[in-house]
Amino acid sequence: MGVNHRIRPPGDAGDDAGIEITGLTKRYLTPKGETFTAIRDVALSVEPGQFCSIVGPTGCGKSTTLAQVSGLERPSEGSVLVGGNTVEGVTDGVSYMFQADALFPWKSVLSNVMMGPILLGTPKREATSLARDWLRRVGLAGFEDRYPHQLSGGMRKRVAMAAALINNPRILLMDEPFGALDVQTKAIMQNELLKLWEELRPSVLFITHDLDEAVALSDRVVIMTSSPGTVKDVFDIDLPRPRGNVQEIRHEERFLDLQGQIWESLKDEVTRAYARSAGAAA
Amino acid sequence: MTTLVQGEKVNSQEQQQAAAVQSGKASHRRSTIAIWVGRTALAVAVVGGWQWFTEEGWVDKFFFGQPSEIWNSLVMLFTEGTAFGTIWENLGVTMEEAVLGFLLGTFVGVVLGILLGSNKYLSAVVGPYIRIVNSIPRIVLGSIFIVAFGLGVFPKVLLAAVLVFFVVFFNAFQGVREVDQNLVANVRVLGASPVQVAIHVTIPSAMTWIIASLHTAFGFAIIGALVAEVLGAQQGIGLIISQAQGTFDPNTVFACMVIIAVITLAAEYLISLLEHSLLKWRPPNRSEAQAI
Repeated sequence: MGVNHRIRPPGDAGDDAGIEITGLTKRYLTPKGETFTAIRDVALSVEPGQFCSIVGPTGCGKSTTLAQVSGLERPSEGSVLVGGNTVEGVTDGVSYMFQADALFPWKSVLSNVMMGPILLGTPKREATSLARDWLRRVGLAGFEDRYPHQLSGGMRKRVAMAAALINNPRILLMDEPFGALDVQTKAIMQNELLKLWEELRPSVLFITHDLDEAVALSDRVVIMTSSPGTVKDVFDIDLPRPRGNVQEIRHEERFLDLQGQIWESLKDEVTRAYARSAGAAA
Repeated sequence: MTTLVQGEKVNSQEQQQAAAVQSGKASHRRSTIAIWVGRTALAVAVVGGWQWFTEEGWVDKFFFGQPSEIWNSLVMLFTEGTAFGTIWENLGVTMEEAVLGFLLGTFVGVVLGILLGSNKYLSAVVGPYIRIVNSIPRIVLGSIFIVAFGLGVFPKVLLAAVLVFFVVFFNAFQGVREVDQNLVANVRVLGASPVQVAIHVTIPSAMTWIIASLHTAFGFAIIGALVAEVLGAQQGIGLIISQAQGTFDPNTVFACMVIIAVITLAAEYLISLLEHSLLKWRPPNRSEAQAI
């Protein structure tokens, strides 16, 4: 595959990539020269095209796990396989979405969305029309020439979503993408995301604190424990697809049932993490 | 009947709206006038007071000059010129030194700042030395440059560039350090090479800091050129100043200060224009606050 053709055509399933994480350990060197183990022996798998959420108390290494999958960092031990290949260096066909919107404040909305194809060497005219199309898909036609600071938080999220999806990634890594949004905007963005995900079907690793969000969006929910982070439980969510409106699915019996089970597993961890931080503060 | 009442209501609402707009404009105009009255009064008080005090002999005009005499010196400088050619020639020499020093210092400062800012090892190695050099009184280097390179333009350019360099360098360095790491991670995941990261993220992000430093940097370029000229030159405003000092003529020194102030204000204005065109993506209130 040539460099210029790394944008997958939509619906192309042949290139789909699952994620296999085995025995993943990551240690950091603190500025004082001590080692700090962020995650230990993490094992989890995401099937191609699956939507997988990671839930856990603050500081349990969720973001660290994501960084190893993206290839921005190297694992200390263990391995990450994407589509059967070991991750070494930045993985091909990955997009990242952060809680803080990682938009270029000095670029217009259109140029922000264009960045993905431009970095892959797509000709400018082609990239422009692709970006316009994506802005239309996220409902921002007519805002091409605005700068990010002129948009509302929800609109900036839409731009970030278009920028993350424009290259039709095989893997979408989302680090609490909707964490900073108000409840209504969050629900709208979740529906938007599900709709776009169903069109493109990338494999998703989605970090969140919000259990409802995890259950409503995902096929699989992974519970992580803290210090050092490791996988505690894995739940498969068998709610039928397409899920429809995330606001309504919250009232279904099966949803509440699953949510209850997961909360049981998560509760102890959250209490323990809280007790530790409260103890440290006292 | 109801439509009539409604119509009247709408009418009165429109009138209220119009009245509010009118009174808003009027109060804005009043405050603008008040500001200008205050500014003029302050200038008259300071310059007039100076003139009055020296006229009455409470302050010795032999040492502190006098506004009317400064004006006469200015007229003299522009009509009769100086011992070293016309004022325009001298001004041209000083500006040439300042502008060349400004460009050289800015260029080296930006390049080194970005380089050290984005390379942890280099900045760890060179960082302490830059701090040491920054803490010595660099203006004294002027003497060394004049001894080494003579009385021409080059040592002045060099001193101006040295003064400019540190201002711009520290800002560029800090600007690179302040780059949003999420943005860097984002473009790296999208497959950007280190050069692309620099072009698309690091340099535009540091630009805010660099441009903010240019305002101060141009002032330093002028200072560098003037001081080097005072230390030894064949032409330039600094030479006129040191000559006036030698003949106990404070009025000519003040006249030169006025000329330089006008030039610096003009340069400041040009830099603001550059700032506006390069940083038009920023929320407007920030650059407005800076304009004050």
